[in-house]
Amino acid sequence: MMKYIDDFRNPKAAAYITKEIAGLAQRLAEAGKTANIMEVCGSHTMAIGRYAIREVLPSNVNLISGPGCPVCVTDSGYIDAAVKLAEKGVIIATFGDMINVPGSETTLAKCRSNGASIEVLYSPLGTIDLAKKYPDKEIVFLAIGFETTTAPLMGLLNILEKQNIKNISLLTSFKLIPPALDALTSDPELNVDAFLCPAHVSAVIGANAYEPFVEKYHIPCVIASFEPVDILLGLMAIMRQLVDKTAFVENLYKRIVTSEGNIKAQQVINKYLEVYDPAWRGIGCIPKSGLKIREEYSKFDAAVRFGVEVVNGKPNLACLCGDVLKGKMLPSGCPLFAKKCNPLNPIGPCMVSAEGSCAAFYKYSR
Amino acid sequence: MTEKIQLAHGGGGLLSSQLIEKEIVSRFGDGPLRNLPDAAELPEIKGKVIFSTDSYVVNPIEFAGGNIGNLAVHGTVNDISVAGGKPLWLSLALILEEGLPLSVLRRILDTIKQSIDECNVRIVTGDTKVVSKGQCDGIYINTAGVGEAFESFQLDKTKIIPGDCVLVNGTIGDHGMAVLAAREGIDIENGPESDTASVHKLVEIASEYGSEVRFMRDPTRGGVAAVLNEIASGTKIGFQLESDKIPLSSGTQSISEILGIDILSVACEGRMLLICSKEVANDILKEWKQIPEGRGATVIGEAIDNPERVLISTLTGGSRLVDVPQGELLPRIC
Repeated sequence: MMKYIDDFRNPKAAAYITKEIAGLAQRLAEAGKTANIMEVCGSHTMAIGRYAIREVLPSNVNLISGPGCPVCVTDSGYIDAAVKLAEKGVIIATFGDMINVPGSETTLAKCRSNGASIEVLYSPLGTIDLAKKYPDKEIVFLAIGFETTTAPLMGLLNILEKQNIKNISLLTSFKLIPPALDALTSDPELNVDAFLCPAHVSAVIGANAYEPFVEKYHIPCVIASFEPVDILLGLMAIMRQLVDKTAFVENLYKRIVTSEGNIKAQQVINKYLEVYDPAWRGIGCIPKSGLKIREEYSKFDAAVRFGVEVVNGKPNLACLCGDVLKGKMLPSGCPLFAKKCNPLNPIGPCMVSAEGSCAAFYKYSR
Repeated sequence: MTEKIQLAHGGGGLLSSQLIEKEIVSRFGDGPLRNLPDAAELPEIKGKVIFSTDSYVVNPIEFAGGNIGNLAVHGTVNDISVAGGKPLWLSLALILEEGLPLSVLRRILDTIKQSIDECNVRIVTGDTKVVSKGQCDGIYINTAGVGEAFESFQLDKTKIIPGDCVLVNGTIGDHGMAVLAAREGIDIENGPESDTASVHKLVEIASEYGSEVRFMRDPTRGGVAAVLNEIASGTKIGFQLESDKIPLSSGTQSISEILGIDILSVACEGRMLLICSKEVANDILKEWKQIPEGRGATVIGEAIDNPERVLISTLTGGSRLVDVPQGELLPRIC
């Protein structure tokens, strides 16, 4: 494992690729063109900040952070529903980054201080330990995420069925990446020339999943992993496509991502979930961009089980997260950024999770 | 059946005095603690007095590389040391949970004994309480300590000037990652081991360099990131770190990669950051490397003319901000 890390963090390789990118950018510049590249995934956003990749790129190569942080695009109404569940006395189990996300009135961290049972887990399988430890309690896992998180959570449902564990359910807010790309690209105000596609989402859905989109919009889609050399290679591949005026799906993460994706994961997702039209925090409703639990499995759906409705929350009108999520501006362009809005007091969704564009910008490039 | 702590062990009666006599006095009763006075009478000391206290609530109480016992000694000894003092005396207060196996308590007391001997400090007063099951988590420890200030130091962070070097005595983040790995049951080959240790000998070496040593701190909670930001705050300087100079152990690096945790923000318990003039940095390093506590010592960066900003170069050739962790990254790490 360490070898992988060393190779993909090799400074010589990074310097070589950066030089190649500069050469390609020069050719675009001679044609009077800039390259606006959107990285969709929050882990890419974080790695770009952590390795200061934006700093070493030529001035006509712009990296735009897209809506790829699942916590950020989860509507505040979802947090309100989780708070309601916690107040009903169920044990809320969640990944740590949901704890401080502001709902309409409060956060789960504040609920916990007031006595609610909220358990932070590193793996959804931890819910099974909780269920066994507290057989008389109901456990609700906050199941948010893109295809990457959705698959293992459906694996969890499989285990619950097999082991006949009855006191675990999910409060879901699952989102899909390809419909989001489509919605962003069709937005006339948006000017994206290419997408750096997510690594782990692609491992589940497969490289082929981007083909219809590339065909429709003729826009380069390159899949790359999260190490700095991976990201630089991805950017180089994108630049090459832009210089050659071509557009195709290029998979640079073949050590994990196949053309068809993870068929087993897709099957288990299809077994339990169906497509619906969810709201994205800061963006609004995107048709067919979410997954919810099928009616026949509603016993696993915490919203149904406890009669809690997820109502869309009210956005703060001064917050420009919608524009940041769509890549129309950098976080520093928002008047609230690093002033009224900061990680301790996040106003908009992009500041709430460590992987949000504003939080990454605040952390590494303020 | 295994012997366990009972409520009566803290009740002041026969069981209490048996516990104190057998477990505490037998280990620590060779000095002022011998007759178990309620307060210690201590000899006069020459210089300024340095006084510090800390409570230890680490979960789990035993982890790779140490336990709550040596942590409680090293933590307070190190706080006194980096404040420019030679640690002399400690108090030891134990809060025990009913049901704690006596064998565990003994192991912890043995490590405390071993650590105070290594640090050349004495436990001069103490206290033992027992609380009902569920009211604490096995054992909590408080230690307070008194030290004597080295006269040669004039530690003052406002005296740091651009070009001054930032030294660390070994790999960073090992303690936090070892505790997290133990807590979460992450069992990997060659996993992280806590670096818990005393830095008092390193400080003693540094004291020979007088005012050339500008400032010292131990990067415990919040790690190197929090400490350097704290030092820079309110001064006219910042710091530039070199990412390829930061010493990392492979076990800690593996866990941090798996969990996506920035090692710069992870606690150390046997490390110190020392900021000194460029002129003496290599001499201090050379001396440090000759003792086990300083074997991995290295310069990780320098002070820069960029007020209150802590930056780190990255392998792509860029430079980024080293931010302070917002909340507590990992609770109950010490």
